[in-house]
Amino acid sequence: MRDQIFVAGLGIITAIGNDLTTNLQSLCEEKTGIGEMVWLSSVHRGELPVGEVKYSNAELAVATGLPTQLSRTALLSAIAAREALVDAGWGKSNLFRTGFISANTVGGMDKTENFFKLFSKDKTAGKLADVVNHECGAVTELVADYLGIQHFVSTVSTACSSSANAIFTGARMIKAGLLDFALVGGADALTRFTLNGFNTLMILDKELCKPFDENRHGLNLGEGAAYLLLTSEKGLKQLNKKPYARISGYANANDAFHQTASSPEGTGSFLAMKGAMDKARLLPADIDYINLHGTGTQNNDIAEGTAIRLLFDPAYPKMSSTKAYTGHTLGASGAVEAVYSVLAIRHGLIFPNLRWQTAMKEFPFQPVTVCLKNQRVHHVLSNSFGFGGNCSSLIFSAA
Amino acid sequence: MQTDLYISSSCLISPNKVFQNGRLVFEHPGSAASFLDETYAHLEMPYPKFHKMDALCKLGLLATEILLKETDHENKYGETETGLVLCNAHASLDVDLKFAKTIHSGASPALFVYTLPNIVIGEISIRHHFKGENAFFVFKRFDGNFIAEYVSGLFENHLIKNCICGWVDILKEDYRALLFLVETDSPGKAISFTTEHMNQLNQYDHG
Amino acid sequence: MDELILKLKEQVIERLNLKDLKPGDIGDDQPLFVEGIGLDSIDALELIVLLQQEYNIKLSNAEDGPRVFHSIRTMADYITANSSAIKVSS
Repeated sequence: MRDQIFVAGLGIITAIGNDLTTNLQSLCEEKTGIGEMVWLSSVHRGELPVGEVKYSNAELAVATGLPTQLSRTALLSAIAAREALVDAGWGKSNLFRTGFISANTVGGMDKTENFFKLFSKDKTAGKLADVVNHECGAVTELVADYLGIQHFVSTVSTACSSSANAIFTGARMIKAGLLDFALVGGADALTRFTLNGFNTLMILDKELCKPFDENRHGLNLGEGAAYLLLTSEKGLKQLNKKPYARISGYANANDAFHQTASSPEGTGSFLAMKGAMDKARLLPADIDYINLHGTGTQNNDIAEGTAIRLLFDPAYPKMSSTKAYTGHTLGASGAVEAVYSVLAIRHGLIFPNLRWQTAMKEFPFQPVTVCLKNQRVHHVLSNSFGFGGNCSSLIFSAA
Repeated sequence: MQTDLYISSSCLISPNKVFQNGRLVFEHPGSAASFLDETYAHLEMPYPKFHKMDALCKLGLLATEILLKETDHENKYGETETGLVLCNAHASLDVDLKFAKTIHSGASPALFVYTLPNIVIGEISIRHHFKGENAFFVFKRFDGNFIAEYVSGLFENHLIKNCICGWVDILKEDYRALLFLVETDSPGKAISFTTEHMNQLNQYDHG
Repeated sequence: MDELILKLKEQVIERLNLKDLKPGDIGDDQPLFVEGIGLDSIDALELIVLLQQEYNIKLSNAEDGPRVFHSIRTMADYITANSSAIKVSS
């Protein structure tokens, strides 16, 4: 009906690479980025494996030209967002309306929790400058200013589905004629706040996570940022660029079951996946690869698996969770996995579900366990299911 | 841009006051915490889970309850037909601060599960069995124009048949909720769903 | 034991925000989860934190939860049995 929406640029930084090329290389070499905590100062160091980005804040500051004392979330966001714009060949121009729709869940919490530690002992201690950019929206604005994007700036914050929602919000705005280009995605840095919070919910694995494995014990937290530059056919001509892929489908639904657990039937997951396929006018048999939400928790993997069985049985597409590489990057995860989905299409690859050994007894399907090359990958379904029952699915298709 | 859409009900909660469709329907002095509890008691909506929620969820739940009172919402729409689009400026900062205080002595899981702004959508959805499209945005201030465009888009793409949208924000003693019920028919006192009308309704507590 | 049971009821009510309940409303053997008082999975996690903070007992295996937290009495029994030393479950 309306314009198709294309992916013209990609930018990413995660535990498995500080840029797009390195991420792709690690995916192909089956190299995980989850391991010992190095940069975050926490009592759980040595106890809980995490997927940290392999750059200190000082290194991120050098790479971006931004001040070292900025929130790590902002630094990660800036580096990946800039890579996407450079990758696309986007130049700042008043002739075209560009929006920046960025997701995060922690905002500047990394700085705030350090401030709070000092402040709670002594009300005159700590630097207020550290907390000025605490709010989720403040981080987005900082990065928008850094990139020179002014026309439209917004923040989405819906837990683990945040950046997936940011992505299709951008697509919708282009279709509605409100934007010409949409830089969409998200970022989250690892913080003690998040680590302790997840630990108290008892859903963290003390070992490296094993999504969709019968003997899984929970998730590993990660951090990172990823962005896609979306545009219409007209925008592509302006960039004079061949697109990576199209975003052909997306949907969102609420599971309406519990603040942090998924319904056992996977209702929200089912509605999101089905909605995305309906939007893309695709049948289950058309999907070549599912990038699972696959956190490795008992609850998510059963709920997601149940929804997959309902939709795809008896013919299942290849599937895997790349959280086994990066950990769960929370607000960034939807976008990180969108980038991986697009790379799968561009390079004809299916990424493995690392460390998988035993099939879940409830399901007749298994994830892929080695990196497959020379595959026909035309349609990829990427799932992101968040706390608060916010379930989103995206479909990327060959352009 | 906007197909025929109407605001069939509205609710504004500003410090110590509750307005329904522009009329003051309840007020109670005191702290934010006591006001929210008194409003809950006044509504006589037996829902024990209420007491476990953080302030943002309590505010959103109460505003929704008032919004839908005297409508036939429950009987009119199926589970996936209601959209929920909410925004605020402070995300979940109010409960984030409370949770942060507990980290050193024993992080509280009951507080942690609320440290995301969209959980308020989750709680509203659980209470009312809403399984439709839902989104949460963070903005510096209420942006009627964005809400009008975004929600209209959802209707135009046939994703929803009605929408609960607006602003729900709280940080310590500073709170405000402004919700609209947007539908495609115009019963009785419904007004058209426009930026101007939303901005007008946002002024009700300013005299 | 009776003292511990009463104290536990007060602590449970306070920690879990059970505003409409008084200690007298909770039976010693009344199931806390699903039926009975109707607590949920997040409440269970809060009780684990309660054990740790108030009684210095670490329940690191969430699967023991349903057994330990079945009722106020089972909680009291568990606390009594594990109070002699700080126990760290495997």
